[in-house]
Amino acid sequence: MHIPDGFISTPVVAAGIAVAAGSVAYAVKATNKKMGEKQIPLMGVLAAFIFAAQMLNFPVAGGTSGHLIGAALAAILLGPWSGVLVMTCVLIMQSLVFQDGGLLALGVNIFNMGIVPCFLGYYLYRGIALPFRKRKLGIMVSGGLAAWFTVVIASVACAVELAISGTVPLQIALPAMVGVHALIGIGEGLITAAVLALVLATRADLLELQKA
Amino acid sequence: MRFKWWHGALILALLLAILSPLASSSPDGLERVAEDKGFISTALEPFFEVVPDYLIPGVTNEAVATILAGIVGTLILFGIGYGLAKLLSAKGEA
Repeated sequence: MHIPDGFISTPVVAAGIAVAAGSVAYAVKATNKKMGEKQIPLMGVLAAFIFAAQMLNFPVAGGTSGHLIGAALAAILLGPWSGVLVMTCVLIMQSLVFQDGGLLALGVNIFNMGIVPCFLGYYLYRGIALPFRKRKLGIMVSGGLAAWFTVVIASVACAVELAISGTVPLQIALPAMVGVHALIGIGEGLITAAVLALVLATRADLLELQKA
Repeated sequence: MRFKWWHGALILALLLAILSPLASSSPDGLERVAEDKGFISTALEPFFEVVPDYLIPGVTNEAVATILAGIVGTLILFGIGYGLAKLLSAKGEA
């Protein structure tokens, strides 16, 4: 869902940069001096894993592909603010070095694939997982469902931005974007649940880092 | 140095990078919608190119070029994520 330059208008570009810059600055402030010992390698491997997994486009219906966003996973394991920082690192690198996602569109992409899914994913996960406390299956299902929602809502945000930019009318963009991302989101949900299962099986304590 | 959990996690990420040539080359969700709804042509070319399309320039074998791009990117992001977290950690730079 990396938006290239040209798809969004100057005001949307400017709003994206402002929101992303403000959020990232706050994220740095919110996490400064609070990062625990265990979270240091966790943040490194999450950035690495999300970058690598985003290269692996999987096919969905009708000659279309999708890939993991990973924001829900990052936020579930690290909390929403650190999750935003991880996603921002990945998106900046993809835009600057790999020309995946426009340079001007970087702010909007950080909003769609960082800020929105990290917060949505984190709080949805916490909400759904609440009745299943400490149950493995409950954690996996909650994480997977939350991750599916993050992809769908990110696609809604993207459709609205395209419409505000005058690129494509909302009544055309919205059903098309949500339709295809409801399918791509299934992949996101399955991968997120699988990684959570792996964490639960090997280092379940990492899921306990996020209690504050 | 003892084997730690995150060594395994980093190896897993590098394995994914090695699998990257197997990725579907079909357009992604947004590209598909842009093609179907006729606005794909509004996309601008990048202002500059470093490693476009996840292919390390100058490597003729496309699978090898993709794998190298994946490994380089994965290692750089590990370094950035680890370094940033270290900067933000309770002890600061240590």
